[in-house]
Amino acid sequence: MAVTARPKLDAQRLRADFAYLEELVNGKSVAFLDSAASTQKPRQVLDAMREFYEHSYANVHRGVYRLAERATEGYEGAREKVRAFVNAPAAREVVFTRSATEALNLVAYAWGLDNLGPGDVVVITELEHHSNFVPWQFVANRTGASFKHIPIDDQGELQLDALDEIAASGHVKVVANNLVSNSLGTINPVEKLSAWAHEQGAIMVVDAAQAAPHREIDVQALGCDFLAISSHKLCGPSGAGALWGRPELLEQMSPFNLGGEMIRSVALDRTSWNELPYKFEAGTPAIAEAYGFGVAIDYLSEIGLDAIEAHEHELTRYALGKLSELEWIRLFGPPAERRAGIVSFDVEGVHPHDVAQILDWEGVAVRAGHHCTQPLMARLGVTATTRASFYLYTIPEEIDRLVDGLHKVKKNLG
Amino acid sequence: MSEFDQLYREVILDHYKNPRGHGLLDAPDGVAEGQNPLCGDEVTVSVRFDGDLIADVGFEGRGCAISQAATSMLTEIVVGRNADEIARMPKEELLEEIGIPLSPVRLKCAILGLGVLKVALHKSKGTPLPDEWTQGDDLTIA
Repeated sequence: MAVTARPKLDAQRLRADFAYLEELVNGKSVAFLDSAASTQKPRQVLDAMREFYEHSYANVHRGVYRLAERATEGYEGAREKVRAFVNAPAAREVVFTRSATEALNLVAYAWGLDNLGPGDVVVITELEHHSNFVPWQFVANRTGASFKHIPIDDQGELQLDALDEIAASGHVKVVANNLVSNSLGTINPVEKLSAWAHEQGAIMVVDAAQAAPHREIDVQALGCDFLAISSHKLCGPSGAGALWGRPELLEQMSPFNLGGEMIRSVALDRTSWNELPYKFEAGTPAIAEAYGFGVAIDYLSEIGLDAIEAHEHELTRYALGKLSELEWIRLFGPPAERRAGIVSFDVEGVHPHDVAQILDWEGVAVRAGHHCTQPLMARLGVTATTRASFYLYTIPEEIDRLVDGLHKVKKNLG
Repeated sequence: MSEFDQLYREVILDHYKNPRGHGLLDAPDGVAEGQNPLCGDEVTVSVRFDGDLIADVGFEGRGCAISQAATSMLTEIVVGRNADEIARMPKEELLEEIGIPLSPVRLKCAILGLGVLKVALHKSKGTPLPDEWTQGDDLTIA
């Protein structure tokens, strides 16, 4: 790997932005190692949202009065920020949704139901989060298309040599994959899969919910057709997500939700759809949340996604080094250089829920469970794992506290 | 100048009260209708050609003063000009003519007629559609 000078992230300084760290239990702040599930929110985002609600709030788009204009400016300004964040060519290609899950459902329903049928193949991976798995399984089942998966190897990396067999099984129409696995942190070769998908005449659908907080996203470089992200995973509020799609596909698609805002005109016998992106934004959107999403993007951009990536990489290397010294820990996932700040593991002889419970008493917050990836758990031969995940406010001392806590787990239950 | 006078300039009020090009043409070469989804303003535009030149334009509509006045002003701008040129005409040219400060919502009112005219040109001459009018799909309940 080439050595490049990267701006260094000062986690200690950034920690002042997060109020949860001010709350001390037994003299210590919580070691929050569950950012992959949802990140904490900096004051900058919370203050901006409060200010927005207090001084710029009204429903968007239709009002001609000043408050409505300010609200619309805030909402549409956030759309432009999301556009720039994923390097999309135009803001009209960015649809605000409730979540990355809703964005993926939008594609599965609005594209899948009209474009799939018997003989077609929908391809997902063994690494998918249920949000990019279950909608496709459902729509494949509805339309008579077959549902195939790209398997992973023992390290949790995609086995691309399976692609030929999948291609031979029918007409591949959809390839759906996450850019970063939420369970293992695996960084997936989405560019390669996009190229393969297009060779097959398929669309490439990317779940970037777990990737967007950690690395720069460029829909044009990825070569994908749809990409979903989520606000709450990148320091923004929950209730807001976004879908980027190629405009020629979005234009062909039927709407997903129907109602107000998504129409051009309505009569008793005829309704026509609004232009992009409003065709897909029925109902009053999460206005302040979309605005907060934009502020969170500003917050991350100011720190620098490359600095965040480097910081997480350092923490991941540190954690993997420490944990691999414990022979009673089984680590899952690829080596540090091919993963984001996520470490999944198993403590020999102790169920992950018990691990998480004991760690909580030590003020260490981790996730225990299947992480919405049950097919992956089955492949790994476990029902659940313990997962520690890191973000820009994580410091190495918190990983030390995790390791100390695991020693207690082992001593008491192992 | 008061805010009222800035927005509802005399020329806007004049076009609103005495619209030019009002009424649909007999035997038009192209017709299109469109709505502003934000407020329900409606405009139907008909156009007749002399070769590739726009010979005449007539419109009907219902809506706010800005949308109807802007469409009226548009009919004066486009007559005698090449269809392809108008299809590619940036909205700024019309906005300059209108010459009033417009918020994003009112901007949509002001350019409704231009968008609908471009759809009519597209239907009759095959000129390109503006992005916001490419959404052809709709639902008709039989």
